[in-house]
Amino acid sequence: MAYQPDRSQYPQKKADGSLDIDLSSGKYLKLWQGPQHPGITGNMSVELTVCGDEVVEGITHVGYLHRGFEKLMERRTFIQCFPIVCRICVPEPDFNEYCYAAAVEELAGIEAPEYANWIRALILEMGRINSYLMYCGGQAGAFGMGVISQWTTYVRDLMLDRFEELTGARIYHMFILPGGVRDRLPEGFAQRMEETLGEIESTMSDVYDTMYCNAVFKKRTVGVGVIDVDLMDSYGVTGPNARAGGVAKDVRIDQPYLVYPELDFEPILGQDSDIYTRADVRRKDLLQSVDLVRQILAKMPKQGSLMAKVPNVMHWKIPRGETYIRGECSRGEYGYYLVTDGSGYPRRVNVRGPSYTHAMALLERMIVNLNIADVAGLMVSLHTYPPEIER
Amino acid sequence: MHELYTKLKQLFPLGELTEQRNNLAFITLDQQQLRAVILYLRDKENYSHLVLLTAVDWLEENVFQLTYLLSNRTKSTDIGLRVMIPREDATMDSIHDIWPTAATYQRELREMFGIDFPDSPRVNDDFILEGWNNIPPYRRDFDTLKFSEETFAQRPGRETKDPAEHMKQQLYPDGA
Repeated sequence: MAYQPDRSQYPQKKADGSLDIDLSSGKYLKLWQGPQHPGITGNMSVELTVCGDEVVEGITHVGYLHRGFEKLMERRTFIQCFPIVCRICVPEPDFNEYCYAAAVEELAGIEAPEYANWIRALILEMGRINSYLMYCGGQAGAFGMGVISQWTTYVRDLMLDRFEELTGARIYHMFILPGGVRDRLPEGFAQRMEETLGEIESTMSDVYDTMYCNAVFKKRTVGVGVIDVDLMDSYGVTGPNARAGGVAKDVRIDQPYLVYPELDFEPILGQDSDIYTRADVRRKDLLQSVDLVRQILAKMPKQGSLMAKVPNVMHWKIPRGETYIRGECSRGEYGYYLVTDGSGYPRRVNVRGPSYTHAMALLERMIVNLNIADVAGLMVSLHTYPPEIER
Repeated sequence: MHELYTKLKQLFPLGELTEQRNNLAFITLDQQQLRAVILYLRDKENYSHLVLLTAVDWLEENVFQLTYLLSNRTKSTDIGLRVMIPREDATMDSIHDIWPTAATYQRELREMFGIDFPDSPRVNDDFILEGWNNIPPYRRDFDTLKFSEETFAQRPGRETKDPAEHMKQQLYPDGA
């Protein structure tokens, strides 16, 4: 059941709808959570106004990480944009590469080869596993269980080894380029991947026993941070945050891309929409991705073309047009809006990260009534990544 | 998508339709029609998810293009509404009362493109940039290179060389 707070101590609203908070009354206190705080999900901060231990208002502040990617890309040729897009989102960079590549391909009328699409899907699922492993550690850490993040970091590192042997890089892979992918799978990759997946499953089983079955974790997360199902559309909630409330939003199923129609999976749904359910949906999603990686490796063709024929990238001009490409990343809908004007440079690139809505409007609404100690847990449970808010 | 366009066209004066894919179309419309079209699409046609709101600067044509991308999850289709507004004193009606998340997009557009959305919550607060006193940086006439040369100094010993010239010097020092 959702938490019902006692509103008698709360400040009145002014005519413009803002809260009438008189800091000199001594009743309220301003508290900054972040930008330097172990319970924050990156370079952002939340300006809390608290009454006792309870939050009455929270305002998200970003701007600590702005690198101006969208502007940078307007001055770079289409191929020069390719190595920088992955840097927009650190923990799951591959979606930037895929969405950018797919948008350029669509506007230029190129179709990536089937074999490349299988490798793309494999990379995206591997990235999803990594992102969820990082989330699990963060979610446990926000409630004082530091050891979980050490376990998940260990298995994430094994997956980074697989990334390294496939792409040559651990974090920013720069592998999915417009037209296809850079390389084929190395010899014996499937075997080593299977060992890594086994290790991940074994660790996740330990994580389930220690974290998800932990009485303190349950006590602090069940019924806390509930997203009302009615808010899902009005606040643009997507991904596991929506699925934990029973709303089956999953781009892989709603608008299938790459090779997802050939894979066998169902969206993972929860019911209660609280922090615990979101954590559980993500755990099951992680295990589903493990299964998807196995399916991809079993079903993908052994040989094939890696790259479609693309024009000379030094003189590549794309006719005027605009498109939007989306994918289901670990946080929800990730999309690229690309506008071209017939020149050799993009006219405009807009990156739509799920955190843009989750960490701003939604967080500010949900943070009210929480205890200070639960703020970090709520932020992590929305799985927010500041880099995709300010790009 | 064509069916929906025909239906909409009977109700509202609409501009050009661009069918990008079978599940993505862009429709151009007037600034005055936007609110009514959005409300119709949201309430009658189930386009209830605002995917993004962004702007494109068409400097040569002296207009900003605002793109409102709406999504219908049950039909898995998207419609992009394109609104052209003049670049001078660019102002647009706020839609934060239709989707609360629009306030964040509008705040960013105010800062990065200088497009005003009167009555949008905290629209004039700093969003990403702090203490910015130049022209809005995402406008096409903002010269990033000039700004960087004026704002940041070269560290001694870090002079850059033109690669072509440098290699020529290295390989053919006599100028042969």
